[in-house]
Amino acid sequence: MGNVENSMREIAQELLSEGKVDVIVGYGQGTLPLRTTPCFINKAEDVPKLVWNASCDANLSRYLVGREDKVGVVAKGCDARAILVCTVEKQILRENVVIIGVPCPGVIDKKKVEAKLDGKEALDAIIEDEEIKVKGEEFEYVLPIEDFTCDSCLTCRHRNPPIYDVLVGEKAPEAPDADEFAEVSSLESRSAEERWAHFEEELSKCIRCYACRNVCPLCYCKECFVDQTMPAWFGKTNRLSDTMIYHIVRAFHVAGRCVDCGACSRACPMDINLRQLVKKTEKIVRERFNYEAGISLEEVPPLGEFKMQDAQEFIR
Amino acid sequence: MKTVEMERNPKILAFLCNWCSYAGADLAGIGRMQYPPNIRVVRVPCSGRVNPYFIIKALQRGWDGVLVSGCHPGDCHYISGNLVARRRFAVLKDLLEYLGIEPGRVNFSWVSAAEGEKFANVVNDVVDKVKALGPAERLVKV
Repeated sequence: MGNVENSMREIAQELLSEGKVDVIVGYGQGTLPLRTTPCFINKAEDVPKLVWNASCDANLSRYLVGREDKVGVVAKGCDARAILVCTVEKQILRENVVIIGVPCPGVIDKKKVEAKLDGKEALDAIIEDEEIKVKGEEFEYVLPIEDFTCDSCLTCRHRNPPIYDVLVGEKAPEAPDADEFAEVSSLESRSAEERWAHFEEELSKCIRCYACRNVCPLCYCKECFVDQTMPAWFGKTNRLSDTMIYHIVRAFHVAGRCVDCGACSRACPMDINLRQLVKKTEKIVRERFNYEAGISLEEVPPLGEFKMQDAQEFIR
Repeated sequence: MKTVEMERNPKILAFLCNWCSYAGADLAGIGRMQYPPNIRVVRVPCSGRVNPYFIIKALQRGWDGVLVSGCHPGDCHYISGNLVARRRFAVLKDLLEYLGIEPGRVNFSWVSAAEGEKFANVVNDVVDKVKALGPAERLVKV
């Protein structure tokens, strides 16, 4: 990790001092253990603030939409795919972005670490290649990183950015053939009643804080449908019906676009498994239209086109 | 009590495209074909006009079923409105069923202006399906 961090800083230094970019968007050290924060670097002398480790989980593509200056951005596999989707959707100008691609073995799911700590407060954490050392008052854990990796990273098939201008470090080996839709399939095998009960329980935790929307690299609408008042499509209450509709429509809106970066699940303060909902849309689009988001700049997004021979078994 | 009422009276919201299905419904009427009086028709310019919000909103408002009907593929007045809609509906339908909404609640069909009989059949089927499901509860905002 250390090497990657150093060469990332060298590249950032070079880009800034040669004037190729106006700003570098990367990760900076956060104020809490296992936290990094998005970090905007304008001056070459600030480059040492850049960090890279397994807690760099934010999807920085989020910060590119709407920028008009030249930006160098640190991008993991999923981040680069999100940038690609935003570029296809004409939200990001490719020539304005220098993508500093970083092969990523997976990021830490802080919620899993918190669950392990069981209410105890971590005061310091050191991330090494294979393990996390978490220290607090009167305890110290050495945790194997692979047990605390984010769910979406465990089945990630795009650890290396599909698009980049500079690649930092060496390409990561792709994940073993884990079934990325395992969770979705297991839900599908249950009855409609069971699924409804499951989602009722899961989504009734929602407090409508919209963290999932705000963190999503693809939720860039100037006005989200839940904020619209003329007409006010759906209620803003946290009654179950309104909450479920918010999540259904959000999942629908990212259908064929979601790159499964897992940001929504990580951002959720109520620990709702949003991935199992959004992942379904990915599966539908894969099966019906044979499309995977964030792979190619040329392919038209599936819901923006059609084929005469599209399946229509559900239409009479 | 509600079920008895339901047996008599499930409410189904039908979005019919102006150029085909609406005319098909008209033809069913002209031809005096019988179909249950449970549908309420909203005429839309094209099935592509039907925003998924309409369907979800109808379910939230307590409609027992929704029917969206448009021109056959290739016959769209706007060339491809129904084809774009078809992809959208495919994703929406799969997603709603994954959540646990009963498959018979949301229905789609292609009915041309010449298919009055098909329209009557579609409505008969949809009404039967929805009656079998009983009153809508899931997603309804009470």
